[in-house]
Amino acid sequence: MSGSEPADVTLPQGRGPILVRGPVTVRLPDGSVVTSERPTVALCTCLLSERYPFCDTSHRRHVRSAK
Amino acid sequence: MGIVSAPPPLPQPRGPVSEMVTASLRAEPGSAKPLPSFDDVCGDDVQLALYLCYELHYRGFDGVDDGWEWDPDLVAARGALERGFEDRLRDELGTVPGSAEQIGRMLAPSDGDGSPSGFLRDEGKPWQIQEYLAARSLYHLKEADPQTWAIPRTHGDAQSALVALQYDEYGGGRPERVHARLFADMMSAWDLDPAYGAQVEAAPWQAMAVVNLMSLFGLHRAHRGALLGQFARAEIGSSPSSRRLVEAFRRHDVAEAGYRFYSEHVEADAVHDQLVRRGVLDALLRDEPELEADVAFGLAASGYVDDALAGQLLGNWERGRSGLRESPRLISR
Repeated sequence: MSGSEPADVTLPQGRGPILVRGPVTVRLPDGSVVTSERPTVALCTCLLSERYPFCDTSHRRHVRSAK
Repeated sequence: MGIVSAPPPLPQPRGPVSEMVTASLRAEPGSAKPLPSFDDVCGDDVQLALYLCYELHYRGFDGVDDGWEWDPDLVAARGALERGFEDRLRDELGTVPGSAEQIGRMLAPSDGDGSPSGFLRDEGKPWQIQEYLAARSLYHLKEADPQTWAIPRTHGDAQSALVALQYDEYGGGRPERVHARLFADMMSAWDLDPAYGAQVEAAPWQAMAVVNLMSLFGLHRAHRGALLGQFARAEIGSSPSSRRLVEAFRRHDVAEAGYRFYSEHVEADAVHDQLVRRGVLDALLRDEPELEADVAFGLAASGYVDDALAGQLLGNWERGRSGLRESPRLISR
């Protein structure tokens, strides 16, 4: 892939992860860096994921409790 | 390795219908035996017969002529069994809710109670983990293969999203990451023979029905909607159940390869859940809205066979009994 292409990002409908065209490098607030080489990467937005910053579908608990 | 092993031996028949298929397959194509009458399609004999017919489209069997795959008489017999299977499923399911309603229910959070993954997490013994892996191996050693048949039968956005998803299933170009291979490695870590087909003799009919349903949908273009409904259901439920299985397996003294498959699926299927619903199903139903009823059928029917396998395993495990027909085949060391 050309490094000059803009990043491809899909925002969730309601609660859910942000989808990013991979591979991605994610910088965390504590200064650590994690990478994912998946073709599509799902980034957690609910902060419940045990695999944070990657989604593990824990937002479903959030969805239910929010309704 | 398990995933590149030679074609498996023909399984032993379990009744007159599977006997008709195995006896036919031992001879030359063009000499299919007549199909006996059958009624119990949800049982060992008919499900094995279907499984044998379908495997001709995947890896075949050792010593069986590949020409049987499209033998007209055997295909006709398979068709009769398939109609019986599908009719039974429709009878059992009755009127099914629409796909959006079913998916909404599947997205409800669950703690896994009453599921094999919940049982294994709470009280699973190593022999029960082995039985679970043996039963699931009929699908996972060819993971993604049945759904690949949907690729030439979808178009545009749905096809593009499906291919992206399948690329991940097949390891993203890295053979060591192919999901079927991760499953074979996991079987080895639990001392199970990972050779393709090695656990079929031990598999109860419910384990065959799970994969037979995918093959039924995959081999009929008319059921492309059901195939993707089945796929969606699997992807939606996989991440949470995989998380429980990682927890279950790590309670025991097993190498990382002994749970890597499920650990990978916690994250992979969180992505796939999004891709299959938003990328594949939404596009499919936008472009071909007339497939809605078939998608809904696929969602419900896959739930029915998954529940049947779960009931077979849990019903026996809770009484301290094996849920398989015989002990899983172990690695010969």
